[in-house]
Amino acid sequence: MTGTGLFGLSAADWGIIMLSLRIAFVAILFALPLAFAVAWVLARYSFPGKSLLQAFVTMPLVLPPVVTGYLLLVWFGSRGALGAPLDEWFGISLAFRWTGAALAAGVMAFPLLVRPMRLSIENIDRGLEEAARTLGAGRLVAFFTVTLPMLLPGIIAGAVLGFAKALGEFGATITFVSNIPGETQTLSLAIYSFLQTPAGDSAAIKLILVSASLSVAAVILSEWLQRRLDARRPG
Amino acid sequence: MSELVVSISGRSGSFPLSADFTASRGVTALFGHSGAGKTTLLKMIAGTLSPEKGRIAIGDTVLFDSESRINAAPEKRHIGYVFQDARLFPHLSVRHNLTYALWAGRRQAGRPFAEVVDLLGLGSLLERRPATLSGGERQRVAIGRALLSNPALLLLDEPLSSLDHARRQEILPYLERLRDESGLPIVYVSHEIDEVARLADTLVVLSEGRVVASGPVAEVFSRIDGIGGAGEDAGALIEGHVTGWDPGYRVAFIDLGGEAFQVVDEKLRPGMHVRLRVRARDVSLARHAPEAISIRNVLPVRIVAISESGAFAEMELSFAAQVLRARLTRKSVADLGLKPGEEVFALVKAVSVDRSSMRFAKGG
Repeated sequence: MTGTGLFGLSAADWGIIMLSLRIAFVAILFALPLAFAVAWVLARYSFPGKSLLQAFVTMPLVLPPVVTGYLLLVWFGSRGALGAPLDEWFGISLAFRWTGAALAAGVMAFPLLVRPMRLSIENIDRGLEEAARTLGAGRLVAFFTVTLPMLLPGIIAGAVLGFAKALGEFGATITFVSNIPGETQTLSLAIYSFLQTPAGDSAAIKLILVSASLSVAAVILSEWLQRRLDARRPG
Repeated sequence: MSELVVSISGRSGSFPLSADFTASRGVTALFGHSGAGKTTLLKMIAGTLSPEKGRIAIGDTVLFDSESRINAAPEKRHIGYVFQDARLFPHLSVRHNLTYALWAGRRQAGRPFAEVVDLLGLGSLLERRPATLSGGERQRVAIGRALLSNPALLLLDEPLSSLDHARRQEILPYLERLRDESGLPIVYVSHEIDEVARLADTLVVLSEGRVVASGPVAEVFSRIDGIGGAGEDAGALIEGHVTGWDPGYRVAFIDLGGEAFQVVDEKLRPGMHVRLRVRARDVSLARHAPEAISIRNVLPVRIVAISESGAFAEMELSFAAQVLRARLTRKSVADLGLKPGEEVFALVKAVSVDRSSMRFAKGG
């Protein structure tokens, strides 16, 4: 692969960027609804084993990523307890595939998704749902017309943060799905590979800049959404 | 006009509550100190909290009945609830807050939008966000939102409690219009005697989760064992018609069913129906009609009951089918030898009946 394209990035570079974006996007797409459900349960209900669930959800944040990657390999590998039936029944193969990279990214981003959503849900005045119901809205309608719109900025802020995390995921990904160019080689893994080769620095530096820009953009977007959420609070 | 019939018992946390009362046309005030169970009772009527036993019905519509296991969801009850803290939806404009019951609650429009906007003076607020409204404006929007949900009953939970005096005076006329023009039974929670005196037709007094008195407001107010029996503010409500107005002295003349009465007020005009609250501590008694005295109001009354406690004697007095209360020292009751059944004269200074305790009844 030679020659330079847009922004001085080669077609191979673009391939890596697009793959990373796809993996991060799919990871958040699937993790977000599940994280919302977990955040909702943690915010609204108390039940035996709640602190256990809380600890489990926080695990990827505190475990060494390589351990998380290993556990994913054990459970979701082609012979894993969950991986084998997934492959057999749904034809979804995760090991050494980009889908596996998305799973690793989603799992690692999960705690970052849950936390801000849980805080927004806890912050919502439940009296507003009560008011909605006295005005004729059933539980579901009240949720979609009052609760969800008020949570939306929090959800988006969490999703953007999670997306940035998913984009940069390294340890669990390389352990679970290895570093296969065109399949599982994301930005972080590509940068790592370039830095392993002699004189690979100049190739790496471009991707480092791309990676850093994407992360900074995501954090700024998230902060901005958070401020909009605060501005809409009843004063 | 369907009336609300409540006969329930239940609890909120560990706080027990039981209540029996009926609210028909006009304003029924639920009166009591904070912690008396007023809000808990409203929640049970609205369906956001379930009683353990009993029955709640509006006319023929049963909302709750423990025996036949009926417990209608809040969204099915058609009860307009105005919360103490307004609870406007912060992400929606005033207009979309007002019409929430129509587009989200699938309620039929009961009364025209424009009419409610006009009644509550909301015209200039429609495109604003709740966060930009003042406390008084918020409460007016909350009242409008409840009114537009096509309710069979309105519940108002201390709608004025978070407002300062000036804002209260701004909202009270709207509440009076609401009472006179909506034609709905309204349950109004308050711990302000003046608000109750001005707005309510029926009074239900709650204390420690129980109804301790209920009935027409003047009757409950004047009962010696009733509302605030020992309080500084204990008093009675008397009613009459304005017969004259002296612009020179700014004094209004009122006919209390045969007895003449004078008060100082700028806004009273002949033909108006008024309700006056006379505090027990502003009433004196005399054996004989005094002469050459500055006190304008001398009413011949009969002593109905005397209840003594500590240094004070609470006197229940009757005249022209109305009730008045007086608080005297026990010593003056003894010195005058006052006894139930005796005819005496009650003295009330015209200046001691203040404006906030007057109520201008419908039309005039």
